[in-house]
Amino acid sequence: MAFWIASSPHNHNHTKTPNLMRLVIYAALPGVLAQWYFFGWGNLIHIGLAMTTAIICEFTVLSLRKKNISHELFDGSAFLTALLLGICLPALAPWWISVIGTMFAIVIVKQLYGGLGHNPFNPAMAGYVMLLVSFPLQMTLWQPPLTLVAVDLNFSNTLTTILTGFTVEGYSVEQIRTSIDGITMATPLDTLKTNTGLGLTVLESIKSPIFGEYLAFGWEWVNAGFLLGGLFLIARKAIAWQTPISFLLSLFICSFIGYSISPDSSASTMFHWFSGATMLGAFFILTDPVTGATSNKGRIIVGLLAGLLVYLIRTVGGYPDGVAFAILLCNMSAPLIDQYTRPRTYGHLKGDK
Amino acid sequence: MNNEIAPQNSNEAGITDNIDDQDNAAAALKAELKAEYKELAIQGLWKNNPGLVQLLGLCPLLAVTSTVTNALGLGLATMLVLICSNVTVSAIRHWVPKEIRIPIFVLIIAAFVTCVQLLMNAYTYGIYQSLGIFLPLIVTNCAIIGRAEAYASKNPIKQSAFDGLMMGLGFAIILILLGVIREILGQGTLFDGANLLFGDWASVLRVEVMQLDSQFLLAILPPGAFIAMGLLIALKNAIDSHIKSKKVVDTEQVIERVRVNFDS
Repeated sequence: MAFWIASSPHNHNHTKTPNLMRLVIYAALPGVLAQWYFFGWGNLIHIGLAMTTAIICEFTVLSLRKKNISHELFDGSAFLTALLLGICLPALAPWWISVIGTMFAIVIVKQLYGGLGHNPFNPAMAGYVMLLVSFPLQMTLWQPPLTLVAVDLNFSNTLTTILTGFTVEGYSVEQIRTSIDGITMATPLDTLKTNTGLGLTVLESIKSPIFGEYLAFGWEWVNAGFLLGGLFLIARKAIAWQTPISFLLSLFICSFIGYSISPDSSASTMFHWFSGATMLGAFFILTDPVTGATSNKGRIIVGLLAGLLVYLIRTVGGYPDGVAFAILLCNMSAPLIDQYTRPRTYGHLKGDK
Repeated sequence: MNNEIAPQNSNEAGITDNIDDQDNAAAALKAELKAEYKELAIQGLWKNNPGLVQLLGLCPLLAVTSTVTNALGLGLATMLVLICSNVTVSAIRHWVPKEIRIPIFVLIIAAFVTCVQLLMNAYTYGIYQSLGIFLPLIVTNCAIIGRAEAYASKNPIKQSAFDGLMMGLGFAIILILLGVIREILGQGTLFDGANLLFGDWASVLRVEVMQLDSQFLLAILPPGAFIAMGLLIALKNAIDSHIKSKKVVDTEQVIERVRVNFDS
């Protein structure tokens, strides 16, 4: 009787790339739904535009590279990139913003480096940062939550605003963003940064309706949605728990120190957790298996680093939110972190090469 | 060079021994010279292009090519310096001690760059200002000292001057191409501010290629130059490999025929 002898690992994970990508897309749905409920159709339209562009770009480049199109086109990674980019964009940004951003993300950041698995940077975040650096005006057209907007932003109004810059009735984006008392509304993070710069305390600035009852009107529920999706992903073992936990912990510690030192000029810890792109970054982008660290220790270090960077950019940097920049910087340092956090090979002593 | 001059001298010394031979030798020499000029042109413009293949002088290449006018200004300045320095280096090549040749080359180049800088300061002040530090930095452009070291210090004046022209032209073409790409993507115009370089009449050259709502800052900022440069290099490599693959097919066919003949 002959035994079939195989080398380790003996326990195989049979999940395939498309299944994993689909799982992540499903997990993002609660957050997307919350975004739709509070901010309207804008982001859904941008997600649609981005997905269409992504599939066209992916098809073009794959056929130029003579790759197996049907296999790689539908592995879901392009859809996921487009989804993440569409979620990040300001809801009322013009249509070409998502088209240019997705083209950059898919063609230059992903495919030119060799396609899925070879890209050093997260495509969605690199595309977002490219847009933020290239089109600062359009990328700060943040839309306030629907209940604060005087104009009725139904589907057709949002669509025409994205395509032409005006609603069906002829309101411009600036008019939509202006509240009844004539002040342009921005995101909570943005408002806080501007007000702190003007010398107002945090307590004074969070009286603005944009902050709502709890932390950040609308944004807190979007972040809660992504947190829910992220916990689902951790439960399904699709992502490692080390990265998001260490990231959130690091952000918590940093903002707690800042809040303890000067409570008048720094936001609370929970405000940092539940505004901006914190939860999306923690569970959906930082955990990207391609661009993140691969060892467990490395993941913790990357998470801590990202939390610190996000806090620093939010408080002393020039931009109101720093998740995208922090993640790109972490992507850059991930190979080096991996190099120094190699786990001990089974059977070898510690430090044994 | 000495080897080439020697047979010519001996031919002249011979008392019209054989006129046909002399003619043939002169024709051969002429053909050789022509082939060398052709080779220099191909090397400078395509095979060994300082911008695309040697990747020398990337700092000005990426920094100032945000508009065609800037690119053209720097391209012309570099070309002028390259030709002059090549000619001078070639003219004094027999008297320069090998050990200290690099400082001497640098001094020559610096002298010409200073001339060009003063000239541009006097006649094209706008371009002088927009090129800024990158004009005096031509001194440190590796493409120039590279040609002085690799070619001009070993070859006669005429060939060196032609080499300088071709290398300078190759560099300027890449600068202008990058300028075109970045200006169209960034501002939607072409030859914006050409009057700064050519005088007031040139303001009619300005072309509005497309109307942009806002500037595409990535194309104007240096990262855009890196990406555009990478795409240009990729295009060149693609063209090269396409030509190569065609040639390989040709030689394979030739070999097949020989085999058929041998068998039969």
